[in-house]
Amino acid sequence: MSDESQEQILKKTVLHSTHVESNAKMVPFGGWDMPVQYADGIIAEISAVRNVAGIFDVSHMGRLEFEGEGAESFLSSFLSANLPALKIGRGKYNFICNEDGGIIDDAMVYRTGDQSFLLVINAGNADIDMEWINPLVAKSKGFTMKIVTNETAMIAIQGPKAVEIIDTLSNDEASSIRRFRIGSATVAGISATLARTGYTGEDGFEIIVAADQGEKLWNVLRDAGAIESGLGSRDVLRLEAGLPLHGNDLSTETNPFEAGFGRFAYFEAPNSIAGAALKRISETESGRALVGFKMTGRGIPRSGLNIHESNSSNIDESNIIGGVTSGTHSPTVDGGIGMGYVEQKYSATGTKIIIDVRGRPVEAEIVDMPFYKRS
Amino acid sequence: MDPEDLKYSKEHEWVRMNGNIAEVGVTVFAQESLGDVVFVDLPEAGTDVAQFAKFGEIESVKAVSDLFSPVGGKIVEVNAAATDSPEVVNEEPYGTGWLIKVELADASQLDELMDSATYQATLE
Repeated sequence: MSDESQEQILKKTVLHSTHVESNAKMVPFGGWDMPVQYADGIIAEISAVRNVAGIFDVSHMGRLEFEGEGAESFLSSFLSANLPALKIGRGKYNFICNEDGGIIDDAMVYRTGDQSFLLVINAGNADIDMEWINPLVAKSKGFTMKIVTNETAMIAIQGPKAVEIIDTLSNDEASSIRRFRIGSATVAGISATLARTGYTGEDGFEIIVAADQGEKLWNVLRDAGAIESGLGSRDVLRLEAGLPLHGNDLSTETNPFEAGFGRFAYFEAPNSIAGAALKRISETESGRALVGFKMTGRGIPRSGLNIHESNSSNIDESNIIGGVTSGTHSPTVDGGIGMGYVEQKYSATGTKIIIDVRGRPVEAEIVDMPFYKRS
Repeated sequence: MDPEDLKYSKEHEWVRMNGNIAEVGVTVFAQESLGDVVFVDLPEAGTDVAQFAKFGEIESVKAVSDLFSPVGGKIVEVNAAATDSPEVVNEEPYGTGWLIKVELADASQLDELMDSATYQATLE
């Protein structure tokens, strides 16, 4: 077992002491000291989210508010969402891409008012994103940008009972917010912004409240039956749901089209930095594709393992056709599942492949994602 | 805590002697550090293993760890329950969650291992 502790000072969310009191195992993630699992373990948390409801502290994710007549145009310059078409109260998954169409980060953008927006970015990319965004801010006008990561807490509640739990705590205000929309409600007496989105494949909300209300909300949700869940279960849940993780499945070396998310890569904004590149990429057949696969032999795929052609008698460099970007054991589908990039001609559903599991060739098959779809 | 009749390695494996057969498994500390065990890869019975050499792999949802044999000799039995239902390693690491049985090549190997009190002290 390796010791991955780092010398850097880790940031703490306002829920940090709550996690420690609940005997969470804390790990460094994206510069933050975060719970990877609680006492009952990752498999119990996954089961809770798939069958009841789980709560996740996602306060480490970056939250930025933009307001003013210039906000829509400014955001259109670096986000791959068609913002003029985004109505008030709606959210859209999208990408921050560089001039080559490489993915700097993936993000959720919500229009919270006629001239106001909320942008949620990955914790681990927050610094890189700001290095990209800040020079653009300096060149633009007609809006204000406010980073609200530290003055707010964000808690995700996910699972088949999630909406019911929030409805009970909000006099049925919450369920009027439909999928991929955002609105306001009073939850257990706390004024909150609720986005009906998540990263688990389940219904639920991502709830933003004032930082000093975070602990109260967490405890209310836990007392209402939601199970405390950490980054470990969240990573399995998102993979089961076929959702990519930036840093694994997406990076500046990949683009939205080869990752299979071209429908979230709008490139026609006249001032889009990545627009020309994304347009060109969209018109070209890419050499590789991000696929999902399921292990048919005994073994668990892990990020970084090589993918080989299935009819090769030996696994060696000559028959590498791609690489695993995410992999785990899925308790929900009861087996090893993963995502990875393979050469285009091997990307069809049903194609048999071999994963090199530390020298052991293990058979797998390309399948349609998601691996899990809620009923 | 860790049973007093067993011997322990610094890699968090244990040995239970029965004549010259050494039963081998991982400690409570190891399985708690790993979290939910979801995969155990063990060699075939009949394979030879050297003391402190890798004999298999154990995986949790998040991580892969190598298994190192605290004793050397011929592996005479592997626990199918551990490979078929890896959760037994979490549930009963000193019982039904054992991993391999080794016919001990040389009893003096046991001198290289720790008693439970010494092992406990390494965890603090």
